[in-house]
Amino acid sequence: MTFRDILADLTTPDRHAARVVPPSGHTAWLTSFTAGAMTFLAVFALALSLASGRLADRWSEALARTATIRISAPADQQAAQTQAVLDLLATTPGIASARALTDEEQRALLEPWFGPDLPLDSLPVPRLVELTETGDGYDGEGLRQRLAAEAPGALLDDHTRWRQPLATAASRLRLLGTVSLLLILAAMAAMITLAANAALAANAQVIRVLRLVGARDVYIARAFVRRFTLRALGGAAAGTVAGMLGILLLPSADAAGGFLTGLGFQGAGWLLPLLLPPLAALVAFFATRLAAFRKLNELT
Amino acid sequence: MIAFDNVAYSYGGAELLSEVSLRLTPGSFHFLTGPSGAGKSTFLKLCYAELLPTAGQVTIFDREVRSLDRDEVARMRRRVGVVHQDCQFLDHLPIAANVTLPLAVSGRDTGAQDLADLLGWVGLGHLADALPPSLSGGERQRAAVARAVITSPDIVLADEPTGNLDWEMSLRLLTLLVELNRMGKTILIATHDLNLIRTAKQQVAARVLRIKDRRIQLAGADL
Repeated sequence: MTFRDILADLTTPDRHAARVVPPSGHTAWLTSFTAGAMTFLAVFALALSLASGRLADRWSEALARTATIRISAPADQQAAQTQAVLDLLATTPGIASARALTDEEQRALLEPWFGPDLPLDSLPVPRLVELTETGDGYDGEGLRQRLAAEAPGALLDDHTRWRQPLATAASRLRLLGTVSLLLILAAMAAMITLAANAALAANAQVIRVLRLVGARDVYIARAFVRRFTLRALGGAAAGTVAGMLGILLLPSADAAGGFLTGLGFQGAGWLLPLLLPPLAALVAFFATRLAAFRKLNELT
Repeated sequence: MIAFDNVAYSYGGAELLSEVSLRLTPGSFHFLTGPSGAGKSTFLKLCYAELLPTAGQVTIFDREVRSLDRDEVARMRRRVGVVHQDCQFLDHLPIAANVTLPLAVSGRDTGAQDLADLLGWVGLGHLADALPPSLSGGERQRAAVARAVITSPDIVLADEPTGNLDWEMSLRLLTLLVELNRMGKTILIATHDLNLIRTAKQQVAARVLRIKDRRIQLAGADL
């Protein structure tokens, strides 16, 4: 069955085929409601998946473009080695900027662990130099060798051990989002199949009469498939609009500057939820078609 | 047109029909009689593949029924008009839509005038928009007859078609079936109405089959 066949099945106004199935009661409402609720959830799953991916990318990218040099040297050599490192970095290709953290900044970094009154001068705390790379990046191995030669107490930390878990977390989050969407669509297919089966069982006599007067299976199935697909499409459209409104009305979390800032859709991403109603309709189409033909095959 | 070769049909371990062999040739007119429960309806259902034989072969339009796929069964049934004993209507559709159902499912249309003529002929012209549950037994049976013949089928099978009809309407129905037969259609009527059979034999060369002891035999001169 081609996409054109599906469209023809849904758009060809075979009014008689539609009329042979009696108007249904709760199954109509059930299908629309199920499609609407599931699509509403799917919009949020999609938003969460996209936001998680974006955030993980942002973190990963930010860490990838910075590095830290830790200088652990005797107190009388620390200033000299720090200056040597800064001079070396100034002449290293691929380094956009480099600066040594001030005592206040280092104290702030350690404050969560040691409290506010840390006597930094009396402790052998290494000096930290933060560097930012250019878009082309730098030669990490070459830099390590030069540091070993000119500042033996300096150690380059390019954040690889931080970046890898974040990259893994990003791919896992995307996977979870995709799995959630698939589960939602599968649950919707299951519920629509149940509703279709209920409708087919309730109309067993109608189906029998149609078969007796010479109706082909495809004619009978079309009446059910069209009805359920259009119901699912309508419900999913309402669910999508409600979900998008919900995302749109989420309070801004810019002040927090954290995770919530990115929740939602950005730019062309707002078009993605619009794919959900036709997707829901396709799921309903095939779920009902499968159920209808299975049921029809039970009859002679 | 329809051939039974040593056909048997069993249901729930009990054999309803056994060793049935006969031919319904094109243009023939048959009655099928027998006591209630003898298997008349079962025999008719075998004729349009609603039931499949448990032994032997049923051939319809030169095709063995077991060899037909579901679409072929549907197409075969468009050539067979059936008057079911329990009428088999779609209760949510008006009589006019029920009568034209065989045309609709095969993508054909019928002229409004033809439909009106047919409904008028069976005395239901004023009930075209009525729903089946609101009709009397006789009216439903007449509508069933109209539906069976609207496609001008090659074969008309009727299961007790006059069971709920008065004598006058029974004669009108018989006249219609005789006319169809003269046009070359094959007719098979299951009935226990011996008066109807005797009247028909005065108009047409009808053969009378009788089910007795699970077998079908040609009835004697007593009919």
